[in-house]
Amino acid sequence: MNMEAAISVHPIADIVPPRHGLGGYIACFKGIVWREVLRFLHQRERFFSALVRPLIWLFIFAAGFRQVLGVSIIPPYVTYVLYETFITPGLIGMILLFNAMQSSLSMVYDRETGAMRTLLVSPFPRSFLLISKLIGGVAVAVLQAYVFLAIAYFWEIQPPWEGYFAVLPALVLTGLMLGALALLMSSLIKQLENFAGVMNFVIFPMFFASTALYPLWRIKEGSPLLYEIARLNPFTHAVELIRFALYGQIGRTLEVGEELYPGGPLSEPGFSTDGLYIPLQSGQLLDITHLAVVVGCTVLFLAAAIYAYNPSKGLIARRGGPAGGAS
Amino acid sequence: MSTEPTSGAAPVDALVVNGVSHNFGEKKVLDNVSLSVARGAFTVLLGLNGAGKSTLFALVTRLYDNVSGEILILGNDVRRRPTAALQRLGVVFQSKTLDSDLTLTQNLLYHSALHGIRKDEAKRRSQQALETVGLADRGGEKVRNLSGGQARRVEIARSLLHRPALMLLDEATVGLDIGSRESVIGIVRGLVAREGLGVLWATHLIDEIAPGDRVVVLHKGKVLFAGDVPGLLAAAKATNARESFRILTGTNVTAEAA
Repeated sequence: MNMEAAISVHPIADIVPPRHGLGGYIACFKGIVWREVLRFLHQRERFFSALVRPLIWLFIFAAGFRQVLGVSIIPPYVTYVLYETFITPGLIGMILLFNAMQSSLSMVYDRETGAMRTLLVSPFPRSFLLISKLIGGVAVAVLQAYVFLAIAYFWEIQPPWEGYFAVLPALVLTGLMLGALALLMSSLIKQLENFAGVMNFVIFPMFFASTALYPLWRIKEGSPLLYEIARLNPFTHAVELIRFALYGQIGRTLEVGEELYPGGPLSEPGFSTDGLYIPLQSGQLLDITHLAVVVGCTVLFLAAAIYAYNPSKGLIARRGGPAGGAS
Repeated sequence: MSTEPTSGAAPVDALVVNGVSHNFGEKKVLDNVSLSVARGAFTVLLGLNGAGKSTLFALVTRLYDNVSGEILILGNDVRRRPTAALQRLGVVFQSKTLDSDLTLTQNLLYHSALHGIRKDEAKRRSQQALETVGLADRGGEKVRNLSGGQARRVEIARSLLHRPALMLLDEATVGLDIGSRESVIGIVRGLVAREGLGVLWATHLIDEIAPGDRVVVLHKGKVLFAGDVPGLLAAAKATNARESFRILTGTNVTAEAA
């Protein structure tokens, strides 16, 4: 009440706003994430359509392909698995991918309507604002992934219970990687109309040229070129990270004679020359390629996106100004 | 806070734009633009569509940086001290920027958060801001249900939450009927008179100029005139603002001005 009395005496223009402490940053972060979640909850159709897509793949596509595509025992699975079980991590990847691209779409749309500009006119550092927005989008995507996993449970896709916890960091990391990529794309796309093309050139190639639907060795049998592409595709590593995490592992334990990710077979136990393997006490190596690639791509995409949105160096400044207002 | 050059004997202008030019590729959109907005002054930025008003706004709000010249908000350089500068700035953009799926209060709370205002305080300020624009009883409604004029008023309320000293409004009355237009202008003029805000009101509607306003005429990226209304008439040797604009810019504005 004192506050209000003070305001009525002193004009607004004379009030010097306090500097932002940590509390201000927290309030800002919470506000941005809260808005993303709230917007999502208000758009029920979006929630259902986002869920229906992977479920169609699971209930129909996977059922049809069960007999066509045999999956032998490959890590992290310890027995033969049904095709439905195999593609579940890929479909979770799909949820995260579509969510990221949808948030990118909303950012292009926001830029056109000006909502992005109200975000960017906030006095907080722009990188902080963009990362907060990114995390808001990831929160929504992770929520969907868990709802999907819950439904899949009744379709007899039942990873060990620890897997449901272990997969959380993998989901967040993958969401951040794809979200950062989408953020970068949103800065490159000037208008909404260009977006359909980007969906065709980004979502579909990324999804199909990955291990979401078929294991790498199967791809290698079909096309050595596609195999190389799939190996380089960050989405492959994201899907594998989710797959291994869901079974309580962060990577594959390698045995002597097994193939290392970049090069030939492992010739000595517990030793490799590059940094993507962790030696285990038992004389084995833990392959952490997927984790390393996903972390690396997240950092790379995020840095590029922040650069693109930088007011002095950014692409928006060079591209003829803001959509929705430049004259 | 002590570095904030706002107190003292000589009041600092709310906005100073000094020698700002801007190109998009080969095209020069702003050419050595200089203007100032004093605190407690209603300044009309008058220009036709394509005059460079929105580009100027993009630079002042730091959507991207001005390469030449300087822009100061209450003495704070937008490029060198963006945080201090943007903290004192409230903006109403030309396009609609509210979340139509959310309620008025939810929209206002979100924007309070963008300025680091904590929840309890944000709730209090949101209610206060809604009262200022005459929508105190509509806080729980979705923005979707508002008329164009009401939505504009919410955007004004939103721009007040962090208590700015400078307010930019970009074509705030476009698409509104006469009644809503008057109500929106009335609210903003009230803020200038009561709260001492400096307002830069970009418009292409000459009717919106009042006798006591400051006027800046922007045409094809250049400032052709900056001063008060009698000065504008004298500079153009005209009897009214419409004629002055026509003489200064050498255009026929009858079709542009509603």
